[in-house]
Amino acid sequence: MATGHFLEGIAGGRLSSEQYADNFSDLHPPLDHHEALVESDRCYFCYDAPCMNACPTSIDIPLFIRQIATGNPLGSAKTIFDQNILGGMCARVCPTETLCEEVCVREVAEGKPVQIGRLQRYATDVAMSEDKQFYKRAEPTGKTVAVVGAGPAGLAAAHRLARHGHDVTILEARPKAGGLNEYGIAAYKSVDNFAQAEVDYVTAIGGIDIQNGKALGRDFQLSDLMRNYDAVFLGMGLGGVNALRADGEETDGVANAVEFIAELRQARDLSSLPVGRRVVVIGGGMTAIDAAVQSKLLGAEEVTICYRRGQEHMNASGFEQDLAAANGVTIRHWLQPKRVIAENGKVSGIELEYTAMNGDRLAGTGETLTLVADQVFKAIGQSFTPAVLNGSGEQIALEAGRIKVDAEGRTSLTKVWAGGDCIFGGDDLTVSAVAQGRDAAESINRALTSNGRA
Amino acid sequence: MADIRNNFVGIKSPNPFWLASAPPTDKAYNVIRAFKAGWGGVVWKTLGEEGPPVVNVNGPRYGAIWGADRRLLGLNNIELITDRDLQTNLREMKQVKMDWPDRALIASIMVPCEEASWKAILPLVEETGADGIELNFGCPHGMSERGMGAAVGQVPEYIEMVVRWCKQYTRMPVITKLTPNITDIRKPARAAHAGGTDAVSLINTINSITGVDLDSFAPMPTIDGKGSHGGYCGPAVKPIAMNMVAEIARDPETSGLPISGIGGITTWRDAAEFLALGAGNVQVCTAAMTYGFKIVQEMIAGLENWMDEKGHRSLDDIIGRATPNVTDWQYLNLNYVAKAHIDQDACIKCGRCHIACEDTSHQAITSMVDGLRHFEVIEAECVGCNLCVNVCPVEGCITMEPLAAGAMDERTGKPVSPIYANWTTHPNNPMAKVAAE
Repeated sequence: MATGHFLEGIAGGRLSSEQYADNFSDLHPPLDHHEALVESDRCYFCYDAPCMNACPTSIDIPLFIRQIATGNPLGSAKTIFDQNILGGMCARVCPTETLCEEVCVREVAEGKPVQIGRLQRYATDVAMSEDKQFYKRAEPTGKTVAVVGAGPAGLAAAHRLARHGHDVTILEARPKAGGLNEYGIAAYKSVDNFAQAEVDYVTAIGGIDIQNGKALGRDFQLSDLMRNYDAVFLGMGLGGVNALRADGEETDGVANAVEFIAELRQARDLSSLPVGRRVVVIGGGMTAIDAAVQSKLLGAEEVTICYRRGQEHMNASGFEQDLAAANGVTIRHWLQPKRVIAENGKVSGIELEYTAMNGDRLAGTGETLTLVADQVFKAIGQSFTPAVLNGSGEQIALEAGRIKVDAEGRTSLTKVWAGGDCIFGGDDLTVSAVAQGRDAAESINRALTSNGRA
Repeated sequence: MADIRNNFVGIKSPNPFWLASAPPTDKAYNVIRAFKAGWGGVVWKTLGEEGPPVVNVNGPRYGAIWGADRRLLGLNNIELITDRDLQTNLREMKQVKMDWPDRALIASIMVPCEEASWKAILPLVEETGADGIELNFGCPHGMSERGMGAAVGQVPEYIEMVVRWCKQYTRMPVITKLTPNITDIRKPARAAHAGGTDAVSLINTINSITGVDLDSFAPMPTIDGKGSHGGYCGPAVKPIAMNMVAEIARDPETSGLPISGIGGITTWRDAAEFLALGAGNVQVCTAAMTYGFKIVQEMIAGLENWMDEKGHRSLDDIIGRATPNVTDWQYLNLNYVAKAHIDQDACIKCGRCHIACEDTSHQAITSMVDGLRHFEVIEAECVGCNLCVNVCPVEGCITMEPLAAGAMDERTGKPVSPIYANWTTHPNNPMAKVAAE
């Protein structure tokens, strides 16, 4: 047992180095060749396959699985990349249990879907390990496109634009490209620096220049881009974190879950990453689960997720909830934060109020509960910060606080498209961001080349 | 309790499951293991003439094809007859028969097509106490190039000639093993019958190439860059074998000739099907080579259980029961109408029935009803072809339901006729008119 195991407060070094390595190893280890063949044999090659229809990027899943089964993993990877150039990351982070695998007919028939995600990882791993590039750039069009944000939406858009022969400049606020793939996914879902390997694989097509440390509204304005480029794609994600609206929110020891996750992903030495002995996470989505599970894996003794509604309302999938439970995280429902309790300026607990549905409205019941905690994570959603769009030019239309786009990703401004988490109407999934970036790129290409013809 | 003791041309065995002449029966060690596992009999791997034994290739001897989950569906071999000394085999056979008197032990024999050769070996075999002999006229590879095996089985006159010699020079029952590498299986069976054989056994293996190595461009199994057609067996050949058994069973010229059924038998159900088509017992090889000798225990228990459930007391109650129902196409009832029916509770909505029907057949299965994924038979289009049943991954989900006489066939717009009527009398048959006149 590591000496720091039961240290009070927020501390690092709670585990032995072997335990850290073991805790943060691959959540779904890759299928080996034999496993991939056995699993691919299970696919029925359905007609108008439900899995394919459930995939936001419409990957031809029966076809790519059949290609694995017939000994053509490279062909399989191409089938995947044709629809989703970030198919490698999506294979790791997609909530397949609520997408393709949920509707797999073998899930219906046996409660055991074909492991589509892991098969997709198998095929894309083969192609990426061989650095097999499937796409060549079209003849240069001389057109330039600025992409804001090097996350899934921006990368997907950039790749498709580069394929069509346009020159793409990606402006990325953070030091590394990848967006949430690099900064926002639980570490055990993306091991071995995969996000950067994927950025390299995607940009290897050429014609994509990524400039890091360039933030919209700080280092450049939207109006600059509209003036200097033939088209602009906005894919900067969500900059803000929703507030707890509880007293004492500013107390030392209260942190944003997304920042904790990002810090963890960037940490070179996990033992140096401090975590509370007793952690409370407020929220009910994937971020809450990621923060809670990783707190536990870093050695927190007690981790409790508190969600203000019932289990059935949680955004986190059943699989993710089970993952949390299996890692010793307690999930409590119908509790909302009321007051952060401090001792010597540091968090010592949190007072929560029970909730209930009052007709259609959620309301506190007045009954409270206090949990001892030395660290509290906020994971109650992120918000778009429209302020970054306020440059010298005209205003972009918003809807419910996010950018309003049409079916092909066009914003209210000509020359400006958007996709990913910053637009209204998305579902905050990596795979959806990829689809939006890809489709916006096709729309941009049509606009720049008179319907696709240069 | 059903009695599955077998009496095949006077050869008794505790059950109808024999191991066929093949690698599993090449020596005492294997045969004793088989008997311990419960096999009713063995046909010892084919003996050749006295003298230097044949030699085999030094690998590989087998090729295969596989189904889902790499289940072996078809096996091919280029192994020859026993490559052990004749005297060694005879000595072991004698000992085994002495030690296992209740089990059948048959000697498979293949010697040159000369009377002296057969006359020489038969007394040696008889001396072992073997219950009978099986004439190997079937092996399609290697030995056939030397004028034996299938080279004999493909010439009915030779079959008749050799069978006559055997009947003349031994008191042992003679089983003639037939090759399927022939156009009409009835011809060799009739020849064997004419020669006085006690029974036929079939099928031997089928000429085959199981694969091609796409790096070396050589057929598989590949020996130093070359390959030769081998003998194909296993579950994949069962339908071919069953048809041939039925052809002989229903041929008036060979009516009543005992048949030992061989070809892809893997489970009790396969065996029961061969028996129903007219086989007096069955021989198994590939299933044992795939899973080991224990599979016979499933076969015995399964056959007994089915017979008990159905009230069949002995093998005689089932042997040949399906033979009268094997007929020619021209006698099939054209007034019989069946329609596919999809059990919606069992349907897992894979859509394969739809696409098979839509792309390759009769456009008789929906894919979408009222905006929902839904697979249902359109009776007005369904010709009852059964393709959907065959491609459905869920057993029993799609069934063929016969329409009762008088019910409306929505495809033809006519009620189903209660009268049996076949092609011989059909108005579209020009020959029917000729016959009537």
